[in-house]
Amino acid sequence: MTRPEPALALAAADAMAREPILRLSGIAKRFGTVAAVDGVDLVVPEGEFLTIVGPSGCGKTTLLRILAGLEQPGDGAIVLRGQVINDLPPNRRPTCLVFQSLALFPHKTVGENIAFPLKMKGVSPAACETRSRELMRMMRLPDAYFTRNVTRCSGGERQRVALARAFAYDPDVLFFDEPLSALDYKLKKLLEKELKDIHKETGKTFIYITHSLEEAMVMSDRIAVMRSGRIVQVGTPEEIYTSPANRFVAEFMGEVNVLAVRRRPDGLYAADETLGPFRVAGAAPSEGYIVVRPEFLRIVGDGAEAENVIAGKLYNSYSLGSRMQYRVRAGDRLLIVEQSRAAAATPQIDSDVVVGWDSRDALFIDD
Amino acid sequence: MANVQGMAEATGAGWRDRLFSAGARCALPVYVLLAAGFLAPLVTVVAFSFATPRSFDAFRSFTLANYAAIFDPANTVWLSFAWSIALAATAVLILLLVAYPIAYGLARVFGRWAGLISLLFVFPLFVSENIRLYGWVLFFIRGGVLDGTLGYVGLSAPDVLYTVGATLFGMVYVYLPFMLFPMTLGLSTVPRDLIEAARDMGASRLQIWREIELPLAMPGVLIGVLLCFVLSVGAVAEAKILGGQSIIVITHDIEIAFTYAQNWPLGSALAVLLMLVVGGLTLAVIGRIDLDRILGRR
Repeated sequence: MTRPEPALALAAADAMAREPILRLSGIAKRFGTVAAVDGVDLVVPEGEFLTIVGPSGCGKTTLLRILAGLEQPGDGAIVLRGQVINDLPPNRRPTCLVFQSLALFPHKTVGENIAFPLKMKGVSPAACETRSRELMRMMRLPDAYFTRNVTRCSGGERQRVALARAFAYDPDVLFFDEPLSALDYKLKKLLEKELKDIHKETGKTFIYITHSLEEAMVMSDRIAVMRSGRIVQVGTPEEIYTSPANRFVAEFMGEVNVLAVRRRPDGLYAADETLGPFRVAGAAPSEGYIVVRPEFLRIVGDGAEAENVIAGKLYNSYSLGSRMQYRVRAGDRLLIVEQSRAAAATPQIDSDVVVGWDSRDALFIDD
Repeated sequence: MANVQGMAEATGAGWRDRLFSAGARCALPVYVLLAAGFLAPLVTVVAFSFATPRSFDAFRSFTLANYAAIFDPANTVWLSFAWSIALAATAVLILLLVAYPIAYGLARVFGRWAGLISLLFVFPLFVSENIRLYGWVLFFIRGGVLDGTLGYVGLSAPDVLYTVGATLFGMVYVYLPFMLFPMTLGLSTVPRDLIEAARDMGASRLQIWREIELPLAMPGVLIGVLLCFVLSVGAVAEAKILGGQSIIVITHDIEIAFTYAQNWPLGSALAVLLMLVVGGLTLAVIGRIDLDRILGRR
């Protein structure tokens, strides 16, 4: 063996520096005969904001509880900074979970709640107070709240208290179990961004779970989509959005139009006798699904043209604020079309319309 | 001027409205019941305590002679007070220690068996207390169940019956459910999330118990303590049946005054004093512990 090239050695050093903080291999957990988590492999680099999304019952909460140590994995290994921590009890893991309920202590003040992890470590009361007040400032909680009972804080304030308390523990990795789910839409949108900013400020590793891909999109560096105890796709929000691995991910992204199609002898694709033929961009397998997002589907006619078209009847129209959504009935299918309000010239309800898309705007998924 | 008068009328109407509001009218049966069933006997007892000794002249005579007799240095009735309070306090302490693990089990560990196990603790309540205590007498008495069984293997049971210990045992046995159920309720209101969160943030089991579980279960525990203390101070059968009158508790003195001695005024004075002592102690305990704070209402 010769000595490694300098460039290679550098790359190796780089890889060492970016040794993942958390590595999961084959994590599995059964409750009776049900596999809640069914073999999850995941590598999380230090400082990443990773969101695990999936419908309720997909096992994401169980996975998070296993990571926090509140549940024992039936199988697999949790490796934190190169060490297997499977048998480490939660109070000795350098991780902290922000519960869905926030789990604030109702008999304690804001200050006492935030200082709790410090007090457990035996930090002196004076140092506890200094650090708690520091964290309160970081979370933009008014200083006067220090002596206020947590039960008298608003939803957003409690959120910040829970976060401050988690930071007081100074964990290597923070877990979040849908802590924003109970808040109203506007506050949720605000706190999502705040959380992303806090992630940027602190540089901690965040693992967040939610059933809302929209929430995941806003905050995450990477998203892992989970289904029936398995991770079906991991990627940046961009990757998940533009190239979903399968139909499940595509449909989980939000409202999409999915057409099951088959290749005809002439190379074009058709859904059935009445729907098609459609052109598909690039090479595609003989069978699969054409996925068209509502914003790429448009009403054609009056000069507007499209590569692929479907004729139908306008079923109903919905105002989404800056955009309009139309549902068009074609046979037994309802197609969803979205256009900007400026571009929209709403046709009569129940009138005949033709909708279309260009093949480069559609996805072809074979699973 | 007219305005002021109008306002006065308005407040007058408001007062009348409140008195005859739907809520007040609905509460009327409760008021009547409390007045007839709770207040009237209490007033009667207080009145009797100021009546001429060895008479039935309640409401017709007024004297402090009964109280003077109790506070006479020659009277040893204070011993009965002391025994009652000491026994009740000890019983409550033992009950706390005995009931906590069971309550913890019922609230967290036993799962679907909890219902059945609670039923077992309720079951003895269907049998009269006196009969159950006589059952224990048969168990502990010389030649009884315990002694007889041990006799088969050539041993004999220690003489525990008719002692202070037996009285205490009787109290703990009889009042266990009254400590257990409020305590279980208190413990089951502690959200599991909080315990898990505390553990996740580095708390040991002891720290969790001290910082989270106990303070949050405290309302239930306190209710249990108060119930058991008041019941134990008022208990008479345990000292008579299991204690065999080895000591005289204050309730026994009161009973003697009302029955054998036919001195109702003295019995009433003792009862009033007992109420004051127990009420004072109870208020002192409740006053020291801020329930609102514990329940997170402040």
